[in-house]
Amino acid sequence: MAADVVMPQMGESIFEGTITKWLKKPGDKVERDEPLFEISTDKVDAEIPSPSAGVLKEIKVSEGQTVPINTVVAVIDAAGSGAAAAAAPAPAKAAPAAAPAPVPAAAPAPKPQIVPPPAPPQPAVLAPAASAAKEGTRVHSSPLVRRMAKEHGIDLTTVPGTGSGGRVSKQDIEAAISGSAASAAAPATAPAPARTVPPPPPVAPAPLAGGGGPAGHGTQYVPSLQLGVPRERIYFGDYEVEPLSNMRQKIAEHMVASKHVSPHVYSVDEIDMTKVATLRAKSKDEFERNYGTKLTFMPFFVKAAVAGLRAFPTLNSSLDGTNVIRHKEINIGIAVALDWGLIVPIIKNADEKNILGIQRTMNDLADRARTKKLRPEEVQEGTFSITNPGVFGGLFGMPVISQPNVGILGLGAIEKRPVVINDSIAIRSMCYVTLSYDHRVVDGAIAHQFLHKVKETLENWSEPLV
Amino acid sequence: MAQVTFLDAIKQAMYEEMERDPTVVLIGEDVGVYGGAFKTSEGLLAKFGWERVIDTPISESAIVGAACGMSYLGLRPIAEMQFIDFIVCAFNQITNFVAKGHYLWNAPAPIVIRGPAGGGVHGGPFHSANPEMYFVHTPGLKVIYPSTPYDAKGLLKAAIRDNNPVLFFEHKFLYRRIKEEIPDGDYVVPIGKAAVRRQGKHLTIVSYAAMMHTSLEAAEELAKEGIEAEVIDLRTLAPLDSDTIVESVKKTNRCLVVHEDTKTGGIAGEIAAILCERAFGHLDGPLMRVTALDTPVPYAPTLEEYFLPNKEKVVHAARELARY
Repeated sequence: MAADVVMPQMGESIFEGTITKWLKKPGDKVERDEPLFEISTDKVDAEIPSPSAGVLKEIKVSEGQTVPINTVVAVIDAAGSGAAAAAAPAPAKAAPAAAPAPVPAAAPAPKPQIVPPPAPPQPAVLAPAASAAKEGTRVHSSPLVRRMAKEHGIDLTTVPGTGSGGRVSKQDIEAAISGSAASAAAPATAPAPARTVPPPPPVAPAPLAGGGGPAGHGTQYVPSLQLGVPRERIYFGDYEVEPLSNMRQKIAEHMVASKHVSPHVYSVDEIDMTKVATLRAKSKDEFERNYGTKLTFMPFFVKAAVAGLRAFPTLNSSLDGTNVIRHKEINIGIAVALDWGLIVPIIKNADEKNILGIQRTMNDLADRARTKKLRPEEVQEGTFSITNPGVFGGLFGMPVISQPNVGILGLGAIEKRPVVINDSIAIRSMCYVTLSYDHRVVDGAIAHQFLHKVKETLENWSEPLV
Repeated sequence: MAQVTFLDAIKQAMYEEMERDPTVVLIGEDVGVYGGAFKTSEGLLAKFGWERVIDTPISESAIVGAACGMSYLGLRPIAEMQFIDFIVCAFNQITNFVAKGHYLWNAPAPIVIRGPAGGGVHGGPFHSANPEMYFVHTPGLKVIYPSTPYDAKGLLKAAIRDNNPVLFFEHKFLYRRIKEEIPDGDYVVPIGKAAVRRQGKHLTIVSYAAMMHTSLEAAEELAKEGIEAEVIDLRTLAPLDSDTIVESVKKTNRCLVVHEDTKTGGIAGEIAAILCERAFGHLDGPLMRVTALDTPVPYAPTLEEYFLPNKEKVVHAARELARY
């Protein structure tokens, strides 16, 4: 008996995933729930456990390939007998009927790892087929449809038109935008694979210049991998080439989009952390004994940010066109540095938690981020973020806003510095904090008042820890 | 609240304004002793006297000229055209003097020129005109063409109180056919504001005057087929409430304009241009028009029927547009 292993759906808005690593080889024995492969999606990286026990018979999707959800990526022989060869053809035939095994566009991509340096990497992914279809095919649509296609990065030649004379109408493009889940579920009936989510940009496609613009949505396609110089000027002397990981590509996309979309302004303030530092030093041992978790500075900053956001809710919003979306929840994203990148899990309803609650939630999220066990919903729906590069030293940083937030608080290192208090010089634990904010929504007056509120909260700390 | 015809709404508006403001006078052919060709001024002579309800010879040019002169001396005249077709006899007075006076000589002319317009009553080529666009095209004039008794009264009162010259068209087909409960007390309807008569999501039908009712009937018919049309009643043609049109079309992405005026140079062309300027990226189909044909209004009833827009023509066009 053979069982199909499919690309799991990791979240509501996720339609495809990239296999980053196979943890088993064909012929290996696997237990049920034993990690089988690693994937990377729009939102998170995750380890996928085996759905059943047996012998891994066949890997259908190799490392580096991106396939839609529910695509069969491997077959596990439950019997585990070596005589699988005889039984193999039958289930293998059944598989393509259930799901279209080799995925149309992405499949023929060559392994991107082996990039011969001087030869420019091929923007192999879907260029040939798509552009061939484009040439000579005039798509009848309308100004509205063309605008929507541009905003959502949709190739109109792939959208079936049901309007008069086969015109692509508003309904058609709406279906293409919202219905890719449906089309993935029932691919047999959908002739044109309406590819709604733009694929991750192909490896360094130099001529991406002017690729339509990022259209106002932080998550949409952006030419994040554009070159700043002609490519031959990159290769000189002695070097080796390492492919940009999926996560780094996602970070690149997000950061370029954020910088493109949001006019960043930075304000810096200096906070006297002495009171908090004293409290922490006094209670951290007991805290760890009682609650089994270390007490760090971070929950104090989270609480102070919550106080600031409560007082200045403009910073707890998102911008959609000409509408400001004022979030009623305060969900704070905390940047977690990983050996292979960075991820921003979210402390949901941070305003409803005390120091202990925030510390516990943070530790749990950070641990699971490092072991690739985060769920996609745990990195979504943030309303504000905090990043703490100060743990690695440095006076202060100027962080890039994590979209769709309008602000991010960056923390510098906490250091003892001489400061003037009442005309005398004292030694205090000082910390620079930076607020990066989206000037479309937030003005300096609000930003500085927010920072002052954060400062005031921390300098006059009075809340209990539990 | 009482059921009031369109005609009575006009009468009430004039009566109440003349009572409210002694500078308001009515001037026109047969407005006094006869009470107006359609009886819109019946009883006004008895109430306000011959100095304020003035019968004139048959000369539209003289009526408008006299009204213009009176307005310079501090009165607020209402000049009635017995049939709006003959307003063109006063074209020079209106476009060269009334419309430009404020700009040229700091001599504003707060007058209202009103009269029965429109076809569908077998009036033939001299008693069925829709001449609104001559004046919509003329800077300095406001142009109103209401569709309901409530609006007729409220807008006429607003027109009388307005310090600019206002042309006020009354669709004679609606005079006795449309009845509506309207408030007893004083109220005005703001000039320059369209009304959304029906909410819908599949297309926007923009119309005014008698065709607004035709469009509403068509919308009901379309709803049976699952096509939800939003119907906008322009009420004022100048200044045109383009915001309301643009907002609606941004929602529905399709626009059909229905007017009884002839096609070429009708307000539909202007609306098409406005939508191209302000909502091009929101259009999911071409602007479509259902209008009268580019001919004089025929005498023969069957030909007039053929000439005018009607419910079937609107439904047909709307269906095609919704499917486009």
